[in-house]
Amino acid sequence: MAVVFWLAAAAAVILGIGVVVAPHPIHSAVALVGTLFALAALFLLQDAEFLAVVEVLVYAGAVMVLFLFVITLLTAGKEDVRDRLFWQSGGLPYQVALGGGLGVLLLALLADLFVRVLPIGPSPALTAPGWGSIKAFGQALFTRYLFPFEMTAVLLLVAVIGVVVLSRERASK
Amino acid sequence: MLLTVVIDIVKSLILVIFLLTAFAYLTYGERKVLARFQFRPGPNRVGPFGLLQPLADGIKMALKEEIIPAEADRYVYLLAPLISLVVALLAFGAIPWGPPAHLFGRSIPLQIFNPNVGVLYIFAISSLGVYGLVLGGWSSQNKYSLLGGLRSSAQVISYELAMGLSVAGVLILAGSASLTHIIRAQDHYWFVFPELIGFLIYVITAIAETNRAPFDLPEAEQELVAGYHTEYTGMKFAMFAMAEYINMITVSGLAATLFLGGWHGPWLPPFLWFLIKVGIFLFIFMWLRATLPRLRYDRLMAFGWKVLLPIAVVNTMATAAFVALSR
Repeated sequence: MAVVFWLAAAAAVILGIGVVVAPHPIHSAVALVGTLFALAALFLLQDAEFLAVVEVLVYAGAVMVLFLFVITLLTAGKEDVRDRLFWQSGGLPYQVALGGGLGVLLLALLADLFVRVLPIGPSPALTAPGWGSIKAFGQALFTRYLFPFEMTAVLLLVAVIGVVVLSRERASK
Repeated sequence: MLLTVVIDIVKSLILVIFLLTAFAYLTYGERKVLARFQFRPGPNRVGPFGLLQPLADGIKMALKEEIIPAEADRYVYLLAPLISLVVALLAFGAIPWGPPAHLFGRSIPLQIFNPNVGVLYIFAISSLGVYGLVLGGWSSQNKYSLLGGLRSSAQVISYELAMGLSVAGVLILAGSASLTHIIRAQDHYWFVFPELIGFLIYVITAIAETNRAPFDLPEAEQELVAGYHTEYTGMKFAMFAMAEYINMITVSGLAATLFLGGWHGPWLPPFLWFLIKVGIFLFIFMWLRATLPRLRYDRLMAFGWKVLLPIAVVNTMATAAFVALSR
């Protein structure tokens, strides 16, 4: 179990870094799919099998395919779409300094977290066995967390209507 | 512990060999069936009745020169067929081929593993297959390949929703997403009877998901040469073909499991019943290819979003209401 945890955790971190530093947006997208897979493995280790499957099904299987669709459509036939890293971006000195400083701060926070987690290792499943099953998940979602769940649905509906309205307006002009 | 690992490895090996053999003879079967539909004899030169044709094709594929286009993105180009094939093989692991077998006093389930979220696992894994098509189309640096890849991503996203909803009714009736449990729930009657609408939607979307005629727009020969695999040669091309045919077997196996009672049937051994049901679906695949012309792209999209999806939603809600009220 611990071996799988460290493999998946390392893969998630490495691929996550890959998303940021990959030269081409397509490579970033592929790395992100890999990250989502590694996260699904971590969920599985916590007995959250429904969450793991939904992670792959929704994010890797649908959302990222849509991302990839847009990226291939927008980058097709263009010679240079390679993203430059921030120190190659030719920004003003203070911009580079600010970005670099924030990056260092973030890395320090991450390192601190690592130092604390490393000696503990993977945590055992948090609650009773079967807490990640479809049944338990659904019951929690539709009783205790019903209000935030419904609010998310409304939020998504607003986003959909917003997109339709915005694209309509542009089309009529 | 060690014994279970050995058993699992043996089972996986048997399954992979079975699927690859099935792929080889499915190509032969399809050429024969299509030929009969068109009043031709079909392949009949290599071996008796042309039965060794798949072997000859395999040797030809293996010996072909491997070409990588100069402009191609090497790693993604090599990764794409691999993704397609691995995903296709992984998805079949959760489908049970028969009731547990008893060997040397041990009960061995005839499936690689039985996740409680079985149906969702298969959907999750097979939804990744489209990456092979999109990435292959993009990395080839060829406009026909790219258009094929784009078409397949749009098509798969559109039809996946209706497909997921079409089987939701079965999950509600069985009260579980585990495939073994769903088969056991069909002891008295097959779910195709109460869920006829869901079954029809599943079959239509399954054909679209596997990019088969009349939904084979990603590789429409007349417009796109060969679509996403135009630039692929030799074994890499063969891997795309393997993935397509193994996906056909997987969706057929899932249809048999969810709607036709899996291995249930009188007289014959259960495993044979499962094979017969899968075989019927595979024949329907070929039959449709020989009969129907390809859909136009906008009609394909309109059909998925405006016809199949609403019907699937209503069907799921009706099933849920029926189960809730009859309790």
